[in-house]
Amino acid sequence: MANMAQAVRMALHYAEEHLGVTDIFGEDVGPPLGGVFTATQGLKTAWNTPLDERGIIGMAIGLAMAGGKPVAEIQFADYIFNTIDLLKVAGNTCWATNGDWNLPMVVKTPVGSGIRGSIYHSHSFDAMATHIPGWKIVIPSNPLDAYGLMISACQEINPVMYLEPKALLRIKGEERIPGEPDNDKLLSKMIDAPLGDRSQWKPQWPELEAYAVPIGKGKVVRAGSQVTVVSYGRTLPLCKKAADDLAAEGVDAEVIDMRTLWPYDWELIKGSVEKTGRVLYVNEDTEVTNFGEHLVRRTVEELFYKLMAPPRLLAGKFIPGIGLADALEMASVPQQGDITAAIRTLAGEQP
Amino acid sequence: MPKPRLLNREEESLPLERELLVRMHDLMVKARVLEERLIQMYKQGHGYFWIGGPGEEAFNVPLGLLMKKGQGPAYDYLHAHYRQSATMMALGEEPIGAMRQMKNVVTDPYSGGRNFAGHFSKREWNIAPVSSPIEVQYAMAPGTALMQKRHGGDGITIVTGGDAGTAEGDFASCLVWSSRKGNELPVLIIVTNNKWGISTSAEGQHGETNVADRGKAFNMRTKTIDGNDPINAYLELQEAMEYVRKERKPFLMEAVVSRLYGHSSASGANMVGNEQDCLTTFEQRLEKHGILTRKEMDDLRNRYSEDMAAMARQVIQEPMPGPETIWNHIYAERK
Repeated sequence: MANMAQAVRMALHYAEEHLGVTDIFGEDVGPPLGGVFTATQGLKTAWNTPLDERGIIGMAIGLAMAGGKPVAEIQFADYIFNTIDLLKVAGNTCWATNGDWNLPMVVKTPVGSGIRGSIYHSHSFDAMATHIPGWKIVIPSNPLDAYGLMISACQEINPVMYLEPKALLRIKGEERIPGEPDNDKLLSKMIDAPLGDRSQWKPQWPELEAYAVPIGKGKVVRAGSQVTVVSYGRTLPLCKKAADDLAAEGVDAEVIDMRTLWPYDWELIKGSVEKTGRVLYVNEDTEVTNFGEHLVRRTVEELFYKLMAPPRLLAGKFIPGIGLADALEMASVPQQGDITAAIRTLAGEQP
Repeated sequence: MPKPRLLNREEESLPLERELLVRMHDLMVKARVLEERLIQMYKQGHGYFWIGGPGEEAFNVPLGLLMKKGQGPAYDYLHAHYRQSATMMALGEEPIGAMRQMKNVVTDPYSGGRNFAGHFSKREWNIAPVSSPIEVQYAMAPGTALMQKRHGGDGITIVTGGDAGTAEGDFASCLVWSSRKGNELPVLIIVTNNKWGISTSAEGQHGETNVADRGKAFNMRTKTIDGNDPINAYLELQEAMEYVRKERKPFLMEAVVSRLYGHSSASGANMVGNEQDCLTTFEQRLEKHGILTRKEMDDLRNRYSEDMAAMARQVIQEPMPGPETIWNHIYAERK
């Protein structure tokens, strides 16, 4: 099965062939590197930019204004912060002009911890991104969704923020992408750039299909009846594993992958919480004014009388960065043990 | 300092056709009367805030006249700032739209009552939305220019901002992205230098001799011009635009202009009196050369004043946007 980086690459190939994507660009996005996570290797419209994040976002806005369909990359979300007001402009352009202009543009950026990236290669962007209206925000947790969400992002006529959990970019999927060959080694031979001189290399793309994961639709990845766990990105597979492990203890947890943070699938969450009466929101961004806090607030306001226990949030510690040393990173953002313990506690909580 | 071109001291004849001179004068008056009407509307309580470009007409009118107007990369894109009503008038826009935006009525054609005066947007003519940040347009301009370069036509991107705004990093981004070797972009980068950054004089804001000199480090053609002289501005813009159109390379132009009513209503929006008024000096020349008489020019101004007073009376009767409209256009929908 393809890993997430390969899935993104294949989706972008499909998008530049069939969905009108004109430019895939950013720092080290074009040849020879094809992206620091290899997600843009071999793409015909990929090109390298100056090391200027504001220039990258400004370029995307300008291309979108003039009929282009750009996919811009900020190499790590930690470096997107100096573009915030351009992201605001992109998000408000349609509204501020009363519908005169729209900007079909995608910004992709790797987020979160998991590669021992220290202070400037570990940060999340979901809390910040969900503070910028006018964008659609997606975050996959597996290669098939990564493919399908990128297809949807490239079909959008509004700005889409595509957050890539960097800890999952090298992880292979469990479900095949439509058109992906059966053999992993064959896939690698076809689409992974060789080491060394790549100047003559050209990828052999599989016959891919327009598999789209609709923006705004979450997914129940494990059905359960006693407690709802809502997550996305890096922590989603941890939540799934925790739920599977806890089944042996008699805890029956339902796990929801949000996949889209805005506009998000409240009906899916609501239906689940009404059934279980317990909900744990899990993400790794810093916990103060965290997106999960919004979900907790909405849960309290709309589902209060359905609840058996207070809605909980497990998120990253509110500290200025994620330290390099293993113990520091592990203590800063939710890990497997933290998630399993939080679900177990919530499942046992009685009024 | 910028030198007037083609004009000798005696100025025996003006180097543009009479018809064009009359047209430019007409548009300068129209734009000035519009801005003064907008200020009056503000002072009468018909609007919360005024910002605009009285004093920049001599530069902004020729700019609009020389633009290739239309939609899409075959035509010119304008990434304007909020002092360019005169460019809009020169492109053929009706002044009532600016008044509607001033009054933030539902009929405001640029923002539906959402944005300040002078924040134009007109996709039909490639007028990118004006926003209040003083720098973001410089970061976007290379994007439209890249699409135009690929398109293969002669459309260019024009981006304007003030001298104080060049302190922002986006101005440097524009210089870098539009001048990469082999990837030069057809952008006319304009800085209107009014010698002020809100309340701080240029001396307290930036130290280079000419802002345009910054382009030289990027192997860019540059020029600092007198933007208070519409004839000079027309000829300089014509030459610069022709270069960008043909060579598909950037040009950095700095136009020295005046700021006749201060930064905005935040500083009172009163006539300052100690800056050159481009309209007054142009009218003196037109009169001296027998292009227009004082009476003709006075009549023109009175006519525009009356017309726009009537428009303002109409606009203030128009409905405000309903509160439910805040939810409209957060996203575009496929038609």
